[in-house]
Amino acid sequence: MKQDVFMLGGQEFSSRFILGSGKYNVELIQAAVEQAGAQIITLAVRRANSAGEGNILDYIPQGVTLLPNTSGARNAQEAVRIARLSRELGCGNFVKVEIMRDTKYLLPDNTETVRATEILTKEGFVVLPYMYPDLNTARDLVDAGAAAVMPLAAPIGSNKGLATREFIQILIDEIDLPVIVDAGIGRPSQACEVMEMGAAAVMANTAIATAGNTPQMALAFKKAIEAGREAYLSGLGRVRERGGEASSPLTGFLRD
Amino acid sequence: MQSDKREQVNHMEYMEGMEQIESDILDKVIEAHSQYQAESYTAQDVQMALQHDNRTIEDFAALLSPAAEPFLEEMAEKAKQETEKHFGNSVYLFTPIYISNYCENYCIYCGFNCHNRIHRMKLNTEEIEKEMAAIAGSGLEEILILTGESRAKSDVKYIGEACKIARKYFRMVGIEVYPMNSDEYAYLQKCGADYVTVFQETYDSDRYETLHLAGYKRVFPYRFHAQERALRGGMRGVAFAALLGLSDFRQDAFATGLHAYYIQRKYPYAEISFSCPRLRPIVTMEKVVEPLGGKEVSERELMQIMCAYRLFMPFAGMTISTRERADFRNHVIGVAATKISAGVSTGIGSHSDEVQEQGDNQFEIADSRDVDEVTRAIRRQGLQPVMNDYVYV
Amino acid sequence: MKINGVQKQCPANLTVSAMLEQEGYAREGVAVELNMEIVTKDAYDTTVIKEDDVIEVVSFMGGG
Repeated sequence: MKQDVFMLGGQEFSSRFILGSGKYNVELIQAAVEQAGAQIITLAVRRANSAGEGNILDYIPQGVTLLPNTSGARNAQEAVRIARLSRELGCGNFVKVEIMRDTKYLLPDNTETVRATEILTKEGFVVLPYMYPDLNTARDLVDAGAAAVMPLAAPIGSNKGLATREFIQILIDEIDLPVIVDAGIGRPSQACEVMEMGAAAVMANTAIATAGNTPQMALAFKKAIEAGREAYLSGLGRVRERGGEASSPLTGFLRD
Repeated sequence: MQSDKREQVNHMEYMEGMEQIESDILDKVIEAHSQYQAESYTAQDVQMALQHDNRTIEDFAALLSPAAEPFLEEMAEKAKQETEKHFGNSVYLFTPIYISNYCENYCIYCGFNCHNRIHRMKLNTEEIEKEMAAIAGSGLEEILILTGESRAKSDVKYIGEACKIARKYFRMVGIEVYPMNSDEYAYLQKCGADYVTVFQETYDSDRYETLHLAGYKRVFPYRFHAQERALRGGMRGVAFAALLGLSDFRQDAFATGLHAYYIQRKYPYAEISFSCPRLRPIVTMEKVVEPLGGKEVSERELMQIMCAYRLFMPFAGMTISTRERADFRNHVIGVAATKISAGVSTGIGSHSDEVQEQGDNQFEIADSRDVDEVTRAIRRQGLQPVMNDYVYV
Repeated sequence: MKINGVQKQCPANLTVSAMLEQEGYAREGVAVELNMEIVTKDAYDTTVIKEDDVIEVVSFMGGG
């Protein structure tokens, strides 16, 4: 079988599971990353606590690509500022642009996201924009130079699964960039389903962070994502729609 | 074959004055055309393709393959569902008007080619107006303006004048003329043209070279990029076609679909449509094209191609030519085709009694029904004839 | 000067390096912004903080 490589921002990955590092104890990160087989992990940028606090980077295994997000940004300007700071922290050029101006549902602001993406790609960042799954925005993001699009499956942290299924399918069908489904995926079966649909990767955090056993749930997601990918690559079998063969009411008129 | 005194130029090189645009679509389509192995698809590939909601390029390839032939009825059923989903019961009516049959090109299969001794003429603006008034009198609201491909005899300004007149009588104006530069398309758009049809004839560039011996039309890439230049010039829609039978029709249909597909992805606002002409008549086929490797396309094969286009691009318009007999045309509307011509003459100046002199036809038509007859036939199929649904703002 | 939103006394000739040390930040794990402009690590020893400067010191933490 041909090796299935996930290309992102000019880098090759074999894992299609992007793991979030929020909402759980840093000491669990290493075990979660290992069980997840994740090669990319997201981080946030925050005001540093003075003294005593351990550096989260010490808990992340070597060789894992860091994907800082711009959470906390309410507009393009703030996202750009956070992205620049994250690059200054010395972890490469990847950035997940995440802009919210709504604190209740935490829905991404697509317009500002496009603006930030335009600016950051010009500055050499590999930009992965988190977005509401809208085809026109996705096309704008392609034009802005994004390396992938990250549509949400459901409101962030909701674990509600594939609420935007139809729209994500449209992005998968129409956009020539990797579609990484982010936010809202609550169960491994849902992660499996988006991979069957043809998503390039899944990003999950809350589902794993809030599980009874975080590393074990990370493993469950890993298996589900791999299964979904295999199913997609193998081509889903057809469902038999009806038994008998029809006569030819639509083509009987043809002369040969 | 006639001898043409003009030097045979490299058909892949642009001539002076031809606009060159940056685009990777030609390479992608030509690559796919040459790689397409129709025989490699199986019944299972076809069944999978039929089942998908949104069909991939591979699905399209399977649907065009010989393996899909036993599934033609099922393809037609699915195609009918897609057509209904996107177009309801509507079938659009239009008519073509040939305003000039002068041609500078030597396309060995065409009745208008510059070495055929036919009666040449072009309508002047008064004659165009009389013809258009007569056509509009039949109730039609959409017209397609055609010329032979001669920049010298029917220049852009002349076509522009025809568009301006058409705008007075019709709500939708198409042009099927020689490929031009984007600023010229922009000019014609301002004169009133809405969409541009260019047949690539064949996507097999080697075959293309042997069929188009002289003239501007010999330049394959300039013709290929016509739709893209038209969209950059502000046209609302573009239509695609291969003249089926000139070369391997499965490869050509595959390339036609991909050409439209990549344009749609790059210009998502463009209205896309297909024409599905088969090369006719038999005499040309046997004497001219078959010795060069072409092959006649049967009705079943044409039906398969039309259904495959529909299943691959469910939202695209599709026009059924009067090259086909009336009964065929009656049956493909609503299943795959969405647009049908009526009251067609491929000659010059034959719509009104007031234009005295008439020029010869480009090809024989197999369905000469007028607008009323076609309208009745549409109704008999349980469909609704629609003259136009576009409102200018 | 203001560091991460907190007003502080600013001694004369305080460099960014000295400020980080004084405030207890590990130089390696942080990025510093001075009046909205990033101070690169190689400029920590030469950049002097003035009385009205606004300083942000950031680091990574867990996030999704």
